[in-house]
Amino acid sequence: MSLSFLKYKGQCILHTMAVIPINTYNSPTVILELIYRLKVKDVMTKDVKSVSRTSTMREVQHLMREHSITGVPVAQKKRLLGIVSMDDIMQALDYGYINDVVEKHMTKKLIVLEEDMPVSFAISYFDRYRYHRFPVLNKHKELVGMVTTRDISSRLLVEMNKEVENLERMNQHTLTSEGMTKHIQSFAILKHDFENAGFASTEIKKWLKKNDVPSQIIRRAAIASYELEMNIVVHSNGGRIIAQYGPDEVLIISEDRGPGIESVEDAMTQGFSTATEWIRSLGFGAGMGLPNVQSVSDDFTIRSSTKGTIVTSTIALQQQTKENEDD
Amino acid sequence: MTKLTAVLEKLGYTQLTSKEISHTFSGAYTSDLLSDVMGNAEEGSLLITIQAHKNSVAVASLIGMPAIILCNGRTPNDDMIEAADQENIAILSTTDSQFVSSYKIAQLLGLM
Repeated sequence: MSLSFLKYKGQCILHTMAVIPINTYNSPTVILELIYRLKVKDVMTKDVKSVSRTSTMREVQHLMREHSITGVPVAQKKRLLGIVSMDDIMQALDYGYINDVVEKHMTKKLIVLEEDMPVSFAISYFDRYRYHRFPVLNKHKELVGMVTTRDISSRLLVEMNKEVENLERMNQHTLTSEGMTKHIQSFAILKHDFENAGFASTEIKKWLKKNDVPSQIIRRAAIASYELEMNIVVHSNGGRIIAQYGPDEVLIISEDRGPGIESVEDAMTQGFSTATEWIRSLGFGAGMGLPNVQSVSDDFTIRSSTKGTIVTSTIALQQQTKENEDD
Repeated sequence: MTKLTAVLEKLGYTQLTSKEISHTFSGAYTSDLLSDVMGNAEEGSLLITIQAHKNSVAVASLIGMPAIILCNGRTPNDDMIEAADQENIAILSTTDSQFVSSYKIAQLLGLM
């Protein structure tokens, strides 16, 4: 990180070349999810102070001081023509052309962002170009906002706070419900928590192993619980996996808090998935989850509404006689 | 059963996990879709993939796969390696593509 201090009309402005200290490929998954989910339009400043091409550099200088901004776009109606930065203004003061019209001195080679791009894209732009701000255009090429590293950092902080609050709440929940009885395990599962995904299924597998359940059956229970767990992580607003161990069977129940499956029939079809690009890039969302669960279950039920989805997978603990395997 | 050390010695793959490798394997499964791996891979198989994150370890562990081969030089972050060490799953890395890696492994297994 390189720092340079600019003395400007008695004000000391900290000019940092620092980019947002988050990388866009192997940060924690909660962060990756955030920077892919949030769009540039969610973080940008919409109240853009712009000037027309015939405004003077002096007017821009005043605008900057009045609103504490360091870059002003030049636009006609909503069409972006150029940008005037603090550096341009200082040059104008140094060389005595502060009263010229902006059209003569603005930067015309522009790098812009589109409002529907994910924030991860904006972060890599800041990394690559080392500008302090980018104008944002909508799909009609109209200027709709400006985005700075500060806009992104502060929005990310707000969102991360929410995630941490969620984590704290869910952790407490898991602790209180786990002590219920010996034969019921309950696991709180967070939305998009890929970090801890697989925990519930691993615990269920351990329990079955400890109780000498045949390995073929453990495998089926592991598949069912893992897919159900991942469904909560990928698709829901959070929920829980409950394992009920009986003498003859294990019930794996998945409950979530919505938003519900639009078409259960579609969801049960191999290859159908509503997962986003980002989720797919992690290797999920192949459209095999629920069909996999059904195929390993001896009994399978699913109920879904906007309030939530409940799936129950029952797996018998003894080898079924219908399987023509050696005893 | 083929020894995992053969993959290091004969194919020149790099081991990323710190535990000593004593695993053997009886097959391999090549896929980047974790549900596909979950549903179809067999116990004792290697996982040949480019999914360099913790969830691959979870799947390998649940199925009982001894090792994950990361292709195209994909580098995992530290928490993946940590998780793999905990689960006693080896992670090997190669610049080979999944196709090339798959047939080399098949040769080691004596399948071709």
